Amino acid sequence: MTTAIGADTARKPATMAQALGRALRDAMAADPSVHVLGEDVGTLGGVFRITDGLAKEFGEDRCTDTPLAEAGILGTAVGMAMYGLRPVVEMQFDAFAYPSFEQLISHVSRMRNRTRGAMPMPITVRVPYGGGIGGVEHHSDSSEIYYMATPGLHVVAPATVADAYGLLRAAIASDDPVIFLEPKRLYWSKADWSADAPEQVPPIGRAVVRRPATGGRQSATLISYGPSVPVCLEAAEAARAEGWDLEVVDLRSLVPFDDDTVCASVRRTGRAVVVHEATGFGGPGGEIAARVTERCFHHLEAPVLRVAGFDIPYPPPMLERHHLPGVDRVLDAVARLQWESEWTEGSAV
Amino acid sequence: MTVLEQPGAYRPTPPPGWQPRVEAAPLLPDAEPYRLLGTAAAADISPDLLTRLHRELVRGRRYNTQATALTRQGRLAVYPSSTGQEACQVAAGLVLEDRDWLFPSYRDTLAAVVRGLDPVDALTLLRGDWHSGYDPHEHRVAPLCTPLATQLPHAVGLAHAARLKGDDVVALALVGDGGTSEGDFHEALNFAAVWHAPVVFLVQNNGFAISVPLAKQTAAPSLAHKAVGYGMPGRLVDGNDVAAVHQVLAEAVRRARGGGGPTLVEAVTYRIDAHTNADDATRYRPDSEVEAWQAHDPIALLEDAMRDRRLLDDEGVRAARESAERLAADLRTRMHQDAVLDPMELFEHVYADRTGQLREQAAQLRAELDAEAGDSGKGE
Ligand SMILES: Cc1ncc(C[n+]2csc(CCOP(=O)(O)OP(=O)(O)O)c2C)c(N)n1
Repeated sequence: MTTAIGADTARKPATMAQALGRALRDAMAADPSVHVLGEDVGTLGGVFRITDGLAKEFGEDRCTDTPLAEAGILGTAVGMAMYGLRPVVEMQFDAFAYPSFEQLISHVSRMRNRTRGAMPMPITVRVPYGGGIGGVEHHSDSSEIYYMATPGLHVVAPATVADAYGLLRAAIASDDPVIFLEPKRLYWSKADWSADAPEQVPPIGRAVVRRPATGGRQSATLISYGPSVPVCLEAAEAARAEGWDLEVVDLRSLVPFDDDTVCASVRRTGRAVVVHEATGFGGPGGEIAARVTERCFHHLEAPVLRVAGFDIPYPPPMLERHHLPGVDRVLDAVARLQWESEWTEGSAV
Repeated sequence: MTVLEQPGAYRPTPPPGWQPRVEAAPLLPDAEPYRLLGTAAAADISPDLLTRLHRELVRGRRYNTQATALTRQGRLAVYPSSTGQEACQVAAGLVLEDRDWLFPSYRDTLAAVVRGLDPVDALTLLRGDWHSGYDPHEHRVAPLCTPLATQLPHAVGLAHAARLKGDDVVALALVGDGGTSEGDFHEALNFAAVWHAPVVFLVQNNGFAISVPLAKQTAAPSLAHKAVGYGMPGRLVDGNDVAAVHQVLAEAVRRARGGGGPTLVEAVTYRIDAHTNADDATRYRPDSEVEAWQAHDPIALLEDAMRDRRLLDDEGVRAARESAERLAADLRTRMHQDAVLDPMELFEHVYADRTGQLREQAAQLRAELDAEAGDSGKGE
């Protein structure tokens, strides 16, 4: 009995945290070049216990408690990758990854390019991210836009237990650096989950329609990823009462971006709302809205709307519910999709 | 034999004109942590100071146990206890002049309270209402800092600025053993030494960074040794001996104020409680280790020394405990009142003047809150 997530539990309900742990375990078992490193990942099994049991099963050389230095962790991962290993790095919390940005932006993201393809960086950076868990300052940031704005990085965020497993396996197998955003408020979400089912190992860069529209008269697409997907699914249910037929697209991957799946959905429904926790201004939604507009302009019945966190530093936990986009705010946006021209004339909320 | 193993190979003849810049030896810390209580030198410490240290230690312990209890009652989101480390906290809180500045990390609430901060204001970050519940200028305490070691360069910059302005202000910056691995630690110490800034760095080496023991954090003979490489003195002190910590810090502060530049102090102590209430310390350390350190308790060390000098009797202990109970009772009462927060304040203080964007978003939230209030009104 070495790991919390043994093979025998593969077909039982699991939490997202367990699915991530199992993905790491399976990847390490399958490929001896996979190494896990970070703060507290060994003896403790990580502060969220994602790496629980790995040091015991694979030894401390393959699951290593590092000194407390994010730039050092990612910088040494670069050297390890140069020498043929596949480092999987854990950043303890979103806002604690920032000291590593120098390595990330100056080296990890562009090493392939700098070396004309000679030196790929098969590094996975796991970042527990986002709010909703009552964390104090610096424990709830949604930093995806910084990663998205850096060419050379893949950026993914699972929303389901199965995707957490599949996408992490895909990230580790990728020959490019992948920023793996783990929505920490979904860590304890449960699902019936089987690691064996092939559709549960999605390739990076493929969005999925989580909830199809059924051909109703007033239809729209909710586009989101990570922790906002369950919010959108709930909103879609609630919107039925208002006569709305909502399709929910889970992006799963922000970079590369699956224009095909997103635009096919928007062409079906004619309207779109992008939903995410990150701040709205200069946030991921702006890019997504622009892409949808460029590709689906003639299919749109209304402008693409964004529902995002406010443009403020992440608030203290007692107020985070007012900041995070919830079902009501999504429904308000859906209501505004009944486009009327006077809306443009200074009524912007 | 490798090149490095060849005798003399690593010691080339100095190039022409090479001069040693400083005598290395005075920078080196002692091999053993400095102890004062229980030694002959302890007889020179003023009774007033000892009484003050004692009172604050006892109050500090109580503050820690009360704050920890508040996490169990859901009144505090999280509390990183400094139980066992009170000697460092008390010394740091008392050693500075009013005009000096303290740069605490998230575990250093007690140091801030000893310096004069309202105990409730010091806890807002950990309670979850506001990120900082006090005006840093009032007691010259920077906001409790969560990202590790990032407050250290701030301390250097502030001390440097004060010196540029001709003020004899000293900054005392606190950091944990784990934090010394961060790049910011290196940069701060290097700047401080190069600029000759009036800063004192106090490393509270409590044995662990969450689960990671010191041996996995550093291969240095001690954290105080790190000072030598920057060109500042390193001092090693028993972090449970409050008189020793106070004396070493006081000397370093005096040196900094007098233009002598920065000092790195390592206080060897132990974190008796888990990292925070959310941590399970049994996963990475045996109870026997904790018990061994409990036998070296800072309060007991001081009380023994004071009783030896007849500076403390049962009455004195009782008085200190009563003062501690009053502190705890006050904390309990005030923390049991629900914080009243206005969500509209989310848009305050993001910028000096609210942007148009934030005005729009504030209007949106206002409408949502009004609708919510209307809904709940209907139900009644
Ligand atoms: C930059 C950064 N990385 C990671 C963390 C998460 N974290 C919080 S406390 C801690 C351990 C700190 O250990 P140490 O510096 O020894 O201080 P102690 O908690 O023992 O007082 C870690 C890893 C953080 N706060 N900041």
